[in-house]
Amino acid sequence: MASGVKPRVKSPKSASAGEVVTLKTLISHPMESGQRKDSDGNTIPRSIINRFTCELNGNMVVDVTLEPAISTNPYFEFEARVDEAGEFKFTWYDDDGDVYEEAKAIEIA
Amino acid sequence: MKMKLLHGIAAAALALGAGTAMADEDAELVINGDLEIVTKTDAPAHLEGAVGEIMSGWRFRDSTTQVMQMDDFDNPGMIFVDDARDMWATAEGSEGKSCMDCHGEPEDMAGVKPVYPKWNEAAGEVRTLQMQMNDCRENRMGAETWKYDAGDAVAMEALLASVSRGMPVNVATDGPGQSTWEQGKELYYTRTGQLDLSCASCHELNYGNMIRADHLSQGQVNGFPTYRLKNTKLNGIHSRFKGCVRDTRAETFSAGSPEFVALEMYVASRGNGLSVEGPSVRN
Repeated sequence: MASGVKPRVKSPKSASAGEVVTLKTLISHPMESGQRKDSDGNTIPRSIINRFTCELNGNMVVDVTLEPAISTNPYFEFEARVDEAGEFKFTWYDDDGDVYEEAKAIEIA
Repeated sequence: MKMKLLHGIAAAALALGAGTAMADEDAELVINGDLEIVTKTDAPAHLEGAVGEIMSGWRFRDSTTQVMQMDDFDNPGMIFVDDARDMWATAEGSEGKSCMDCHGEPEDMAGVKPVYPKWNEAAGEVRTLQMQMNDCRENRMGAETWKYDAGDAVAMEALLASVSRGMPVNVATDGPGQSTWEQGKELYYTRTGQLDLSCASCHELNYGNMIRADHLSQGQVNGFPTYRLKNTKLNGIHSRFKGCVRDTRAETFSAGSPEFVALEMYVASRGNGLSVEGPSVRN
């Protein structure tokens, strides 16, 4: 498995009902493309995050397919409308089958 | 947000003329909305007659690059700081000790970075922070030393810089380290290479001007280690020196050499009064 993988999320703790909030996510990951060769000329196998999703109370906010050309430590910034209090669930899917999860609660102020 | 940025660039272009259209030189740096960073102040006394006002490299960068440093989440250098925080607590070497066992939390080291490079009485030499870290690794931890300016060393330096952010750089120019400081000054003003340039040629006499596509800064090192967008990693001061000396088409000194230690000490002292900024974001 890829080492040093660590998901990070920055989200507001509260929002007013119907407000559109900005969410920032970053996962430290090498995103090895599968196109590179090591010093002996052998292909370094592909190892990337291939899918990222964000849900709010079970509703999908974004569902992203990542391709090998995406750089190390993929960063996403996107918006979501918050109608009621609940929890954002962020999920990253690794090529090697690992799934990384992070959750952030949001309140209505 | 994008519109606002573009508007800011346009305003700067009108106010300052086409030559400085790329940088918003009137912007102020506040990190995470509350940590105020001094990026422009009066020059220290030893620069009298040479430079009146010292400015961080942050002021010379594009506004989109500047913004990345205003929030730790957007600053890619902080990823390396996170890694170093894990290393800080990890025991290594024959003594089974971690940095934390002697020094406590990284935050307890606030105030260390601003005074380096500094004189080490026991060793009888001026030491950079990386040299001191390696002394700890070798003699206190019994661990292998880190290669100068390599990944682990520069990440740890970034961690120690990050906990001192906002504190003024305060490198001694007198005392037992003075002769090293003088040597650094000599190097700063010595022309080298086929292009016959000294540090001062660009960073003292021509900062603010363009050298082909690059906007020349004052060459301050208060923001080091620096995350550079061009190589997507943290860069140490000596590696940056190497790049500059190479660009004059000279044979460079190596990272960690006594010449670069002296130069680092002198250049750091030219920024006395600016805030520690590392890890900063530059292009």
